[in-house]
Amino acid sequence: MYVAVKGGEKAIAEAHALLARERRGDPAVPELSLDQIREQLSLSVDRVMSEGSLYDEDCAALAVKQARGDLVEAAFLLRAYRTTLPRFGYSLPADTSRMHVRRRISATFKDVPGGQLLGPTFDYTHRLLDWSLAGQSESDLPRDAEQEFPDPAPMPRVLDVLGREGIIEAEDRGDDPEPADLTRQPLDLPAARDVRLQNLARADEGFLLAMGYSSQRGFGTTHPFVGEIRMGEVEIEFAPEELGFPVTIGEITLTECETVNQFVGSGDARFTRGYGLTFGQGERKAMSMALVDRALRAPELGEEKKGPAQDAEFVLYHSDNVEASGFVQHLKLPHYVDFQSELVLVRGLRRAMREEESGHDS
Amino acid sequence: MTAETMQGYNYAYLDEQTKAMIRRAILKAVAIPGHQVPFGSREMPLPYGWGTGGIQITASIIGPLDVLKVIDQGSDDTTNAVSIRSFFARTAGVKTTTATEEATVIQTRHRIPEAPLTDGQIIVYQVPIPEPLRFMEPSESETRTMHALEEYGVMHVKLYEDIAEHGRIAKSYDYPVRVQSRYVMAPSPIPKFDNPKMHDSPALQLFGAGREKRIYAIPPHTRVESLDFEDHPFEIQKWDEACAICGARDSFLDEILTDDRGGRMFVCSDSDHCARRVREDC
Repeated sequence: MYVAVKGGEKAIAEAHALLARERRGDPAVPELSLDQIREQLSLSVDRVMSEGSLYDEDCAALAVKQARGDLVEAAFLLRAYRTTLPRFGYSLPADTSRMHVRRRISATFKDVPGGQLLGPTFDYTHRLLDWSLAGQSESDLPRDAEQEFPDPAPMPRVLDVLGREGIIEAEDRGDDPEPADLTRQPLDLPAARDVRLQNLARADEGFLLAMGYSSQRGFGTTHPFVGEIRMGEVEIEFAPEELGFPVTIGEITLTECETVNQFVGSGDARFTRGYGLTFGQGERKAMSMALVDRALRAPELGEEKKGPAQDAEFVLYHSDNVEASGFVQHLKLPHYVDFQSELVLVRGLRRAMREEESGHDS
Repeated sequence: MTAETMQGYNYAYLDEQTKAMIRRAILKAVAIPGHQVPFGSREMPLPYGWGTGGIQITASIIGPLDVLKVIDQGSDDTTNAVSIRSFFARTAGVKTTTATEEATVIQTRHRIPEAPLTDGQIIVYQVPIPEPLRFMEPSESETRTMHALEEYGVMHVKLYEDIAEHGRIAKSYDYPVRVQSRYVMAPSPIPKFDNPKMHDSPALQLFGAGREKRIYAIPPHTRVESLDFEDHPFEIQKWDEACAICGARDSFLDEILTDDRGGRMFVCSDSDHCARRVREDC
C-alpha cells in the first residue's frame, strides 16, 4: 500500500506506452503523415514555429503529430530541440519591403502604392461549417484564381510613406547593434525594445490576444490604426565572416503588422508606432503583438500606466507559454511534504483555538 | 564520455559553453552566499517547474566519477525523481544511488535527507520561486533593490502580522533564512523542519531556479539562521506519532490516508533513511 502511493519506473513506462497508443488512435484509420500536417494544418505548424522560435516546417509538423495536436506542447518540443542546435551567427535584418507579398492590406488608406491584396484570409468568410469538407472528395476545389501577381519590385511599407512626411515617429534603427537574445541572457529590467519584441514574438498567442484586447478596452488606451499588414516570403541573408559578403540562405514566410497609434506632442505632433512580426501566417498574433508593443512603450512616451498591457514586468514575465505551462502543471507533482507541513500548522492553530475556548469556559 | 550516453547529445545534455556559463554563475553565487545570480537558463527537455534549474546545475557539475542521488519529497522513488535520475543515467552515464552517504551529488526537491551530509558532498535544490520577498512585493526590479539595500523590514512585518493574527509564524515550508547575516534567502519549499540542517553544513548547497533564471548558493560551514523574534523563537514541526514502518520519532513524517473513515498512518518522508533503519534493526 505504501509503495502504491509512490510512483515507480514501471508506472512511468506503462503511462508512456499508453500515451503512444492514444496518440495513434484507432489503427484502422490511416496514420497522419508529416506532409499532410505541413500542407493541411499549416496554421498549426506556423503557430508552433512562432512560439517554438524555430523556422522548420517539418520539425514543427513532427511536433504537432507527437503532441497529438496540442500546440503548446508542440512548441515546447520544438524549443527543447532548438536549444541544442549550434549557432553560426545572426542573419542580416530581414527586409520586409522586399517581401514577395501574398497578402497586404492597409486600414488607413483607401489605396496605397503597390495596391491592396486580400490573399488567403478567413476574413469575409461566413463561418458556416462546410459539410463538403467532411467527405472524401475534393473535386470541388476552386481553380487557381487568375491571380494578378503583384509587381515583384520592392513594395514600400505604408508607414514609410508617412515617415517621409515626418508625420509619424522615425524608426530609430540606431547603429544596429547586435540584438539581445533572451534564450542566452536572462531578462533584465527595464528591458529595451529589442528584448521586448523578442519576448512578444515568442509569446503565447492567446496571452497576447487578451493583453492587446484589454488595451483596446481601456486598460491602457493606445488608439491603434492598422497601417499595414503584409504576409509573404522574405529572403534571409547571411554574411559568413570568411566570405565578407551576404548570401541568401533561404526564404521564410512572415506576417508583419505595423500600427499607427495616438500622436504625441502638439506643434510637432506625430503619430507613434507599434510593431508585430510572426513566422508563417500569424495575423491575429502579429496584430496583438503590435498592440502590446505599443502599450509597453508607455513610459518612454510619457503616458500614464493604466493597465497590465503597459506593465513590462507583468507582460514579459508571463507571456511565455512554455514557462507558464510548466509552472502551472508542476502543481501535479507530489507536494506531500509541503502539504503535511501545512496540515501540522493548521491542526496546531485549531488545537490552540480549542484549548483557548475551553479555558474560557471553565 | 562513456559509450552509454545518449547519441547525438553532449555529455550530460548541455553543451560545454553552457556548462561553463552556469559554472561561472555558481562561482559567483558561492562568493556571495545567499545572493541570487541571474543566468542564461536554457530550455530543457523537461518542463519548467519540474526541476530545470536543478537539472542544469547538476548537468554542469557532474562528471563520470560522480554518484548521483535524486529525491523528490524525500523519496527516491517518486515519479519525478525517477524521471530525473533516468535522465542523467541516460545523458551522463553516471552511477546512481539511493544511499545518501554514497552520493557525491544529491539533487532534491522539497527535502534535505535525514542522514547528515558530509564534507565533499554537493546538494542541488530545485527552486520554483527564488525570491523570498516575492509574495510581499511582486516586482522583480523592486525586490532586487531591496536586497541591495538590505531592506528587509517588509519580511519582518509579515512575520509579525502572522503572530498578531495566529499567535505564531504561519510559515511551514519555504521558511525564510538569513545567510551569513546578510541576504534573506528562500530555502526552496523544504519544510521548516529541514532549515536547521542548512546551518554550518559541511556540504556545498546549490540552488537552481530554471524558469526564474537564478542560481544561488550556501558554501560549506556558512551561518544560516531562520528568521524569528526573541519572544517567538523558530521551532520545527513535531509529530505525536512515530513512523509506522521504522518507528522513527525524529524524522519528517508523511501522512497517508488508509481508508475513508479517518484512518491514517505516518511514515518517514525520507525513504532511504527509513529503509536503512529497518535494515539495521534486523
